[in-house]
Amino acid sequence: MTTTSERTGTGGATPAAPAGTGTSDKARSEQRLGWMLAGPAFAIMLLVTAYPIAQAVWYSLFNYRLTDPDSYAFVGLNNYAVILSDSIWWTSFGVTAFITVVTVAVELVLGFLLALVMMNALKAIRPVLRAAILIPYAVITVVSAFAWQYAFALDSGFVNSWFSWLPGVAADTDWFGGTWTSLLVICLAEIWKTTPFISLLLLAGLAQVPDVLQEAARVDGATWWQRMRKVTLPNMKAAIMVALLFRTLDAFRVFDTVFVMTNGANSTETVSFLAYRQTIARLEIGLGSAVSVLLFLSVVIICVGFIKGFKVDLSQARGEK
Amino acid sequence: MRRTRWRRGLAAGAAAVALAALAGCGGAPAGPPVLNWYTNPDDGGQAAIAARCTEASGGQYRIATSVLPRQSGEQRQQLIRRLAANDSSIDIMSIDPPYIPEFAEAGFLAPVPPEVGQRTTEGVVNSAVEGASWNGELVTVPFWANTQLLWYRQSMAEAAGLDMTGPVTWDQLIEAAQAQDSTIAVQGTRAESLTVWLNALVESGGGEIITDPSPGNPEGVQLGLDTPAAEKAAEIMRDASAVGGPGFSTSSEDENSNAFQGGNAMFQMNWPFVWGKAKGGVEDGSVEQSILDDFGWAVYPQVDAADPAAPPYGGINLGIGAFSPNVDLAYAAAECIVSEENQKDYFLTNGNPAAKESVFTDPEVLEEFPMAPVIEQSLQQAKPRPQTPYYSEVSESIQRNYHPTAGIDPPTVGPATAELIRAVLAKEELL
Repeated sequence: MTTTSERTGTGGATPAAPAGTGTSDKARSEQRLGWMLAGPAFAIMLLVTAYPIAQAVWYSLFNYRLTDPDSYAFVGLNNYAVILSDSIWWTSFGVTAFITVVTVAVELVLGFLLALVMMNALKAIRPVLRAAILIPYAVITVVSAFAWQYAFALDSGFVNSWFSWLPGVAADTDWFGGTWTSLLVICLAEIWKTTPFISLLLLAGLAQVPDVLQEAARVDGATWWQRMRKVTLPNMKAAIMVALLFRTLDAFRVFDTVFVMTNGANSTETVSFLAYRQTIARLEIGLGSAVSVLLFLSVVIICVGFIKGFKVDLSQARGEK
Repeated sequence: MRRTRWRRGLAAGAAAVALAALAGCGGAPAGPPVLNWYTNPDDGGQAAIAARCTEASGGQYRIATSVLPRQSGEQRQQLIRRLAANDSSIDIMSIDPPYIPEFAEAGFLAPVPPEVGQRTTEGVVNSAVEGASWNGELVTVPFWANTQLLWYRQSMAEAAGLDMTGPVTWDQLIEAAQAQDSTIAVQGTRAESLTVWLNALVESGGGEIITDPSPGNPEGVQLGLDTPAAEKAAEIMRDASAVGGPGFSTSSEDENSNAFQGGNAMFQMNWPFVWGKAKGGVEDGSVEQSILDDFGWAVYPQVDAADPAAPPYGGINLGIGAFSPNVDLAYAAAECIVSEENQKDYFLTNGNPAAKESVFTDPEVLEEFPMAPVIEQSLQQAKPRPQTPYYSEVSESIQRNYHPTAGIDPPTVGPATAELIRAVLAKEELL
């Protein structure tokens, strides 16, 4: 920790003295070290991320069916026109946005509560508690989707009999028979699975709030609620924003849960499901790539929106400032 | 200390990688060539046949089996993706018949040698030969032929006053289920099985989903979904959903067989595996003997009292991968797999009916499957699903518009689906 801040200190001072040859030598060698450290990762990222993205963009401009390579032809932006003028795209987009907003909002509240619990739990049970809270996140999404599906299924599920005292739940409630009930179960499974992720990020944020400030506020007679609003939350704004950003990006790409639970029935298709269906089921690589590119653009827009709109400083969350 | 351990770990890792590389790309292993057979999930019958044929080959080849995903659509996806990449490790494939035209049209199937084709289609039920062909040419080897029967609870059908000795119609079944306050189990889930159901209804009513398959030109495909037969089919689907039970819109073959053997449904339209499954259930105590004794079976219900039904045709045919280095051996193996003894054994052990007619009169088969004559009759009447290289698109479009079946509007659903299929084939719409 100390080394990091010292390094940052010298690094920050470097641009101020460009004339001195000694410092510029040092700066150059540091730059070289930086490249050597980050270079391999950068090259691998280019290989495994940039190349497929570029290829998808390229394919999206063609009419290309896997089983009919003879009809491969350049069609310009036609695939995009087909997608954007299709109501299925907009329904899927709406469903995806709905799942994203609902799950991220609920997860943020729940995750914050869990982070507080982890932060303030007795020292003796803290490690156990942290591990317990993290378990859902360690479960593979497909497995968790199946578990939730079986729980809500008509023939093998227990939910209907356990919760029959709730209005609207009966022994023969078919959760996957309608759009809204299906979406409810999908959201529940997503929330259960990824709340630990958010709470972990928020825990890191909570740990950053200086105790001195808390103590000072307490001495001044601030209530718990006042301390939370005026001291804790402002000090962990960066962590909250990063948690929100990561989860939103993740939630927008939801696929596994929908695939396992409804297979897109009852208009529960999401954008990535649509890409899957065009590319893998229909084997229309061109059309599917175009859907993927649009999904990618949506994610980029969300990302830029968060960073510019909410002034999220990613470096701040890492504790560099 | 720590460094040594770290180094040792690295060395072990490097050794593992090297070993894996050797195993993957090393020289050809000793022994006969290995033929990879991609099978659909069953009760281990295809693996047993593979072992027998390996032995019978006298060291000519060794068949290794790999199991494909559960749903036929996913089986197709896996095979076709790999074949599109010219995968030479695919020698023999168990293919669901509706996807055969797509494989054939794309050139993914090695041509059937005429003498093999002749030997393997001798004495085979018509629908199976038809399903193994595309454009009038045999492109796969018929292995086993499947058809859906109407399974009913004898006591309940009797209580409803239904005469099950002759053909019955869908309207009669729906009425009986209503009167008995019971349900009809049909595959109402959003899956390929929904297309199977619609096709059987349309064909039974004298219509056809695809009237002109137009090979090689997807935009020339002609559809028959705006006909009276298609409208009547949609009506039956909607009405059957009303007596389909609470989970109708998510019920697949497995759920329906459970509902039927659990006593929750008085009728089910299902493949003959339900018989073996129920018998197995009696053995392990999950199904009561009295329910098994109450099982009745008949040919698929009719749409009109006047015309015979066109039951669904299914099953599995064997395709030989076009990129296999051992095409001749693979065809030799395929001939062994589809031999009469193997078909009979597969029927007896896994409940999947044979494609060869002679098996249905075998005394052992008759004892184990008393409904074998009904299955054979059903196979003679059966009609295949729309034969087109674009079956997947056609089927997915149908599922999109006909699911959930309870919400079908019979006069408009057919023309709307025909328009959707046309637009999808012309790549003007998403699916």
